[in-house]
Amino acid sequence: MSFPLLTATAALPALGAIATAAVPAAKRTAAKWLALIVSLATLALAVTVLVRFDPGGDRYQLTESHSWIADFGVRYELGVDGIAVALIALTALLIPFIILAGWHDADPLETGNKRWRPTQGFFALILAVEAMVIISFEATDVFLFYIFFEAMLIPMYFLIGGFGDRAHEHGEETAATQRSYAAVKFLLYNLVGGLIMLAAVIGLYVVAGNFSLTEIAEARANGSLDMATSTERWLFLGFFFAFAVKAPLWPLHTWLPNAMGEATAPVAVLITAVVDKVGTFAMLRFCLQLFPEASTWATPVVLVLALVSIIYGALLAVGQRDIKRLVAYASISHFGFIIMGIFAMTSQGQSGATLYMVNHGISTAALMLVAGFLISRRGSRLIADYGGVQKVAPVLAGTFLIGGLATLSLPGLAPFVSEFLVLVGTFARYPVIGIIATVGIVLAALYVLVLYQRTMTGPVKAEVAKMPDLRVRELVVVAPLIVLLVFLGVYPKPLTDIVNPAVEQTMSDVQKKDPQPEVEAAK
Amino acid sequence: MSASAVHSLWTTAAEPISKIDPPKIEYGQLSPTLIVIGAAIVGVLIEAFVPRKSRYYTQVFVSVVALVASFAAVIGLAAGGYGTTKAGIAAMGAIAVDGPSLFLQGTILLAGLLGVFTFAERRLDPAAHGNRVDSFAAQAASVPGSDSEKAAVKAGFTTTEVFPLLLFAIGGMLIFPSANDLLTLFIALEVFSLPLYLLCAVARRKRLMSQEAAVKYFLLGAFASAFTLFGIALLYGYAGSVSYATIAQVVDGTVPQITPALADTMGNDALLLVGAAMVVMGLLFKVGAVPFHMWTPDVYQGAPTPVTGFMAAATKVAAFGALLRLLYVVLPGLRWDWRPVMWAVAIVTMLGGAIVAITQTDIKRLLAYSSIAHAGFILAGVIATSPDGVSSVLFYLGAYSFVTIGAFAVVTLVRDAGGEATHLSKWAGLGRRSPLVAAVFAVFLLAFAGIPLTSGFAGKFAVFKAAAEAGAGAIVVVGVISSAIAAFFYIRVIVLMFFSEPRPEGPTVAVPSLLTMTAIGVGVAVTLVLGVAPQYFLDLAGQAGVFVR
Repeated sequence: MSFPLLTATAALPALGAIATAAVPAAKRTAAKWLALIVSLATLALAVTVLVRFDPGGDRYQLTESHSWIADFGVRYELGVDGIAVALIALTALLIPFIILAGWHDADPLETGNKRWRPTQGFFALILAVEAMVIISFEATDVFLFYIFFEAMLIPMYFLIGGFGDRAHEHGEETAATQRSYAAVKFLLYNLVGGLIMLAAVIGLYVVAGNFSLTEIAEARANGSLDMATSTERWLFLGFFFAFAVKAPLWPLHTWLPNAMGEATAPVAVLITAVVDKVGTFAMLRFCLQLFPEASTWATPVVLVLALVSIIYGALLAVGQRDIKRLVAYASISHFGFIIMGIFAMTSQGQSGATLYMVNHGISTAALMLVAGFLISRRGSRLIADYGGVQKVAPVLAGTFLIGGLATLSLPGLAPFVSEFLVLVGTFARYPVIGIIATVGIVLAALYVLVLYQRTMTGPVKAEVAKMPDLRVRELVVVAPLIVLLVFLGVYPKPLTDIVNPAVEQTMSDVQKKDPQPEVEAAK
Repeated sequence: MSASAVHSLWTTAAEPISKIDPPKIEYGQLSPTLIVIGAAIVGVLIEAFVPRKSRYYTQVFVSVVALVASFAAVIGLAAGGYGTTKAGIAAMGAIAVDGPSLFLQGTILLAGLLGVFTFAERRLDPAAHGNRVDSFAAQAASVPGSDSEKAAVKAGFTTTEVFPLLLFAIGGMLIFPSANDLLTLFIALEVFSLPLYLLCAVARRKRLMSQEAAVKYFLLGAFASAFTLFGIALLYGYAGSVSYATIAQVVDGTVPQITPALADTMGNDALLLVGAAMVVMGLLFKVGAVPFHMWTPDVYQGAPTPVTGFMAAATKVAAFGALLRLLYVVLPGLRWDWRPVMWAVAIVTMLGGAIVAITQTDIKRLLAYSSIAHAGFILAGVIATSPDGVSSVLFYLGAYSFVTIGAFAVVTLVRDAGGEATHLSKWAGLGRRSPLVAAVFAVFLLAFAGIPLTSGFAGKFAVFKAAAEAGAGAIVVVGVISSAIAAFFYIRVIVLMFFSEPRPEGPTVAVPSLLTMTAIGVGVAVTLVLGVAPQYFLDLAGQAGVFVR
C-alpha cells in the first residue's frame, strides 16, 4: 500500500491541533510556534500533492478507499481532481499566513487564570478548521464530505465567538455581545443549511444505495441509476441550499458581514478565503456531478441570484462605514462571480470560477490582513477614523493599495484573469447576464478606491499621526501574498494547466459543450 | 341406561392430577433479571441488619457487583446465541429472550451502573457536621425544615435505601422490554415505576420541589398505568389471551382455536383498537412523547439530579423497548391503523419538544424538553416498521443514554450555596473558570444537537435513514427542521458558557470523586467512539434487530 498522502495532509493539522491545545498555559509562545510549524509542514504535504498530481492522468488521483460504516453504505474514500488540488494548495498556503498574522490576537489579557488558555485554543482551532477543510476537499464519499462540512462549523464558531479585536469602538461588553451574536448567526445559518442537506443526503442514499461520488456519477452517466426528475430536483435543492448558505449567495448571505466584522482579521480571512470555498467547490463537485439535469434546470435562477449577489454586494460595499464589513460585502460580490462562472456551464466560466476561488483567497487575504494590521494600530474599524495614513505608514498603505487593486481585478494582478474568464464564459452563453455583471467591476473600483482615498490619503488625522509602519512579522505575511498575486496575474498557466482537465470532465458530466462562436455568413 | 352412563351426561372424567405440569423456568436465560432483583432484596436486608455506618459501602458494593454480574450474564447469553439463533420464549411464555431484549438489557444495566456511581457520589456537597453527604435527604420521612430533619442531618443519616430502590427499578426495566405478555408488561411497569416515584422525592436540597415532582409523577404515572391496565383488559377481551403471540394471531386472523366462552367478543375490532390505543398511550407516557409529556419537565427538574439522569436514560430505553415489541410483535397486523397516529405523535413530539425548549431558563428543564424532542426522533425510527428501524432505534437508545447520564452528571458538579446551580444565567462564563467541565458539557450538547463526529449524529442518521427507506420522507424533513430548532438552544448554552463573562457571584465547579468522573468519562468516550467509529455497535444493533414471537 502506498503512503496515504491525502490522509496525511488532513491528519497532520488535526494532530497538530490536539498537540497545540495540550501545550501548558505558561508556554504560550511554544504553542504558536508549534502551530506555525505544523501549518508549514502541511503546506509541504500539500505541495507534494500538487507535484504528484498528474493533470493529464485519471480524474481522481492519489485515491484511498477503506471501509468505514458499512451499515450506512459509507466508505472512507479520498481522491483529488485538479480543482481540489488547487484549493488544497490554497488552504495550506493561507493557513501559515493566518497564523502569523494572528500571532498576538489571542494573548490572554489576564494571566492569573492558569486554566484559561485562549492562545492554545485559538491556534488549535485554526488547525482544526484547516484539517476539516482539507478533508472535505478530498472526500469523494458524499457522507464523508457531509460530516466534515458540518463539523467544521464548530471550531469556526468558537473562533468567531471567542476571539475579537482587542480594541472595539463600543467597549468590551458590547463587543462580546455582538461577537456571540455573529457567531450564533453564523452557526444557525450554516447548521440549517447543513441539516437540509442532511435530508437530501439521506434521500440520495435511499435512491442510490451508496454514497460513493464516483459510483453514483458513473451510474448516472451510463443510465443504470434512474432518478425521477422531481426527486433529482429536490435532492439538488437540498444540496445547493447548504452550499449557497456557505458560499454565501444572496439572499442567504447576511451572516457573512456579521461574522467577518466581529471576528479578528485572520479569522475573517479564514472564513471567506478558506471555509467559504468549500461551498463553491461543492457546487462544482457534488451539485453538477450528482444532479446534472437538475443543475441545468436550476441554472437560470442560480444565475440571477448570482447576478444579484454581484451587484447587491458591491453596492452595499460602497456604502459601508466599517472596513471589515466592506471587505465582507466585496466578498459576497466576488462569490457571485464564482457561482455565475460555475453555472454558466462553459469551460471558460468554470475554469475562471476555479481560478477565481484561488485568486480571491489570495487577494482577500492580502487586503484583509493589511486591514487587520491597520485596525489593530488605531483600535477602530470605522473608515472615518482614518486619514492620511500613507504619509505616516507608506508600506502599510502601499500593500493595502495592492490588495485593494487585486480586489478590483486590475489587469496584471491575478484576479483579473479569473474575472475576465468568468465574464467571457458567461457572455458566450448568457450575453445579457454577462453584460450586467460587468457593472460589478465598476462598482468594485468605486468601493476599493474610495476606501483607499478616505483612509490613506488626505490630511493626517491626529490619532494616526504616530502610527508605526508594518513590522517584520507583518511584512513576512504580506509580501509573499503580493508576489503571488503578481505572479499568477502575469503567468497563470501553472494553475490553469491543473484546473482545466478537471473542468472539462465536469462539463462532460452535465453534457454541455461550449457554444461555438457564430461567424456571420459571408454575403 | 346404566347409572354410570347417566352420570356421564353431566360429568366428565378429570385428567389425573399428575398431569399438571410444574412451571418450567429457564433460570439461566432469566439470570440477568434474577440477579438484580435478588440483589435488591439483599439490599433491603442490608438496610435492616447492617449497622448504619457501613451501610453505604455495603450497598454500593452489592449494587455494583450485582449490576456487573448481571451484565456479564447478558453478555454470556448473547455470546451463547440467545440473541440470535437460540432466541426463544422463557418462563412459560412470559418473557422473551431475544436480540432486542438482550441489547436493551445490556444498555439498561450499563446506564444503571453509571447511575449507581452518580448516586454514590459524596464529594460534591460540603460535609455536614463532619459527615460526607450525597444527593439524597438525610431522612426522607422528616418534614422539610422541621426539627426532625435537622436532627437527622446532625446525626449524619443518609438514605441508603436509594440503592435497593434503584436495583428494583432496574429489575423492572430489564423485564419491561422483554415482557412477552401483557400482564408481565404491566407488572414490570409497576415494578420499575414505583421505586422511581420514591427516588424522585428524596432530594437533599430543594426538598419541597422534589416532593412535588414525585407527587406529580406518581399521580400522572398512576393515571397512565390505569390506562394501560384498562387497555390490557380490552385486549384480553378481544383476543382471549394476554400473550403477545396469541393476540398477534387473532389480529392476523390465524388463530388455531377459539375458546367458546370468548367467541362473542373475540375479534371485535373496537376492543382491539381502543385497547391497543390505551396500552400504547401508557407506553408513550413513559417515553415522554407529546401529548403525554406534561410530567417530564417538572419531574426532571425536581428529582435529585442523579435520579434524573438515570431515569432519563434508562426509562426511555426500557419504554421504547416495550413499545417496539408491542408494535412489532403484537400489532404488526394493525400497522396501517397505528402508523398514521404514530406519525402524528412523532411530528408533534419532535417539534413540540424543540420549540418549547427554546424558552427554558433552567438547565434541567431544558434537558427535559430536549429529551422530549429526542423521543420524537426515536419514534421516527419506530415508524419505519423494518428491521433497520428496530436496529436504528436500538442504536439511538444506546447512544442517547450515555450522553444523557453524562450530561446530568455534569449538572451535579456546577454548584453554589443553594446546591446545584441549575438556572442558566448562573452558567455564564463557566468556560473561563473550568474549561474542561465546560468543554465536556459542550461535547454532550453537540451530541444532543446531532453534530457529526458525535454519537448523536450517528443515531439521528440511523433513524432518519430507516424512516426515509420506509417512505416516511415527511418525517425526515420535520426531523431535520426540529433538529435545527433544537440546535439553537443547545448552542445558546454553549454561548453562555464560553462567550459570556463569568459572574463574580457565579457558581463553583465541585471536584467530584472518581465515581462521577467515571460516569462522565464513560459518557464522553462512548459519545465520541460511537460518533467516529459506530460500525461495530451498528452491527451489534443490527444482529439484535429480530424479535422472537
